[in-house]
Amino acid sequence: MPDPVITFDNVTYSYAAAEETALEGISLEINAGEYVAILGLNGAGKTTLGLCVNGVIPTMLGGELEGTVTVDGLNVADYPVREMAKIVGMVFDNPEFQMSQLSAGEEVALGLENAGVPYEDMKRIIPETLALVGLAGFEDRSPLGLSGGQQQRLAIAAVLAMNPKILIMDEPTSNLDPIGKQEVFDMAAKLNREKGMTVIVIEHEVEVMAKYADRVIVLDAGKVVMNGTPQEIFGQVEALAELKLRVPESAAVASLLKAHKLWNSPIPITTEPAVAAINDLLGAKS
Amino acid sequence: MTTPSSEKSDLAIDVSGARYVYPTGNVVALGGVDLQVEHGEILGIIGQNGSGKTTLTKLFNGLLKPTGGKVVINGVDTDGHTVQQMAAHVGYVFQNPNHQLFARTVQAELEFGPRNIGVPEEEITERVAEAVEFFGLAGVIEEHPYRVSFPIRKLVGIASIVTMRPSILIFDEPSTGQDHQTTKIINDLMRGLREKGTTVVCVSHDMPLLADVVERVVVMKDTQIIADAAPRDVFADKELMARTNLQAPQATDIALQTVVPLGGPTALTPGELADDLVSRLSKASTSQPTR
Repeated sequence: MPDPVITFDNVTYSYAAAEETALEGISLEINAGEYVAILGLNGAGKTTLGLCVNGVIPTMLGGELEGTVTVDGLNVADYPVREMAKIVGMVFDNPEFQMSQLSAGEEVALGLENAGVPYEDMKRIIPETLALVGLAGFEDRSPLGLSGGQQQRLAIAAVLAMNPKILIMDEPTSNLDPIGKQEVFDMAAKLNREKGMTVIVIEHEVEVMAKYADRVIVLDAGKVVMNGTPQEIFGQVEALAELKLRVPESAAVASLLKAHKLWNSPIPITTEPAVAAINDLLGAKS
Repeated sequence: MTTPSSEKSDLAIDVSGARYVYPTGNVVALGGVDLQVEHGEILGIIGQNGSGKTTLTKLFNGLLKPTGGKVVINGVDTDGHTVQQMAAHVGYVFQNPNHQLFARTVQAELEFGPRNIGVPEEEITERVAEAVEFFGLAGVIEEHPYRVSFPIRKLVGIASIVTMRPSILIFDEPSTGQDHQTTKIINDLMRGLREKGTTVVCVSHDMPLLADVVERVVVMKDTQIIADAAPRDVFADKELMARTNLQAPQATDIALQTVVPLGGPTALTPGELADDLVSRLSKASTSQPTR
């Protein structure tokens, strides 16, 4: 049984004083425990969509919101952001900007203090949360002395301390090196698998999303234009090219061979099936 | 004394034994690096965060002076020259445009650089118009640079350096936070600059971008250069990629497990791999040697 934790019902939104709508007629459901990738060009509405889920839109940013966003049974427009923060955690591309405290422990404590969590509970939650993101024992370390990957995981810990059901990451690794990227995505996958957390990632790196996501939603000019499994979406190489989006290189190779009538199997969206199918073709030839 | 721009040299960038130790905390950021780059080369610098990539490129424009060794740009020793003097040779596009932009409009931002190095007004107008067209900035020309979205601001940052037409251009992570469409504009830009003879240095984690554009890759690890070769050779070196925690483009990875063992090329892009496969698979079976 699908269990929608997020529902957009015909949502149209314009930022205050903006001439154009940022989102237009969005209807979609995201189920509890799903790992969803949001793709689209810059300006397509990806971040706006995320801000509708954590309630920054419309509560803090104002603007004009039509339709209803329901998160965990709550109409987002009716609840203050600090209440929504107990359900939805959102992190952005620049972890440095999200660091304000002198130690990693205080960084995690900040949200808890704001939410009025008793000190005794905080003493338990902080080490637990740091361990969850692979930063066990980092309580007294300065956030600014951490690597980019560690900083981003600390930013994620700070929102996870509130024990949210939903984690939204907006281009979480665009400032990280490959190992930092790997750390963040492995951690999110673990939270998704082991804790059943709903994960939404806004990301340009399609090879990574092909590997991790259960579902891919493509936005274009504020509208949902594609919505399906990674296989369904990344298999449509021409349609994505038309939207000026990248596909995994494995899919691009297969699509080029298909144009020469040399490819009959499904379009591979990750490395392993591509290697297997190509070696089959080469084997059959020799 | 000659002015920097009148000097001639065989090398665009000549770094010998360069060391850099940050004054605070004695942190060694660069531990004795040699690098020679000829005029008109296009090269990528890759490596983990903290490996020394950005420190090295900051030596090129004199933003940092080596604490040991020598850095000579177009025949000019950066030691004894200011960043302003070096700016006639080297343009530096920062990873974060917020560290770079300051004018009140996009238009003024694009005009500032060339005016600052004494380009005649008429030519400034020409250069700015060309950049506006190339980067698709016509719609934001009157906007404040901080009022446009981050990806557009990043393009403004790139355009504002390009209008100075330096003979050496350094890009620090130009594709960060950019979608495929904008990344393509940046690729085209780097290729176009190179065709005009500009020396292009691109620091990046974006392997598909480098695979597509550069002809030489310098790999850094722990403040040293540990490899310097064609992208094909660097990406094919699995041990090197693993040791530096870097990942070859997916097309290269697939090629290494399919056509390379058969004597095929280490493809860098999906197109290269597909071309090789098409020629292998569409040959009539009769023309294949029997195995």
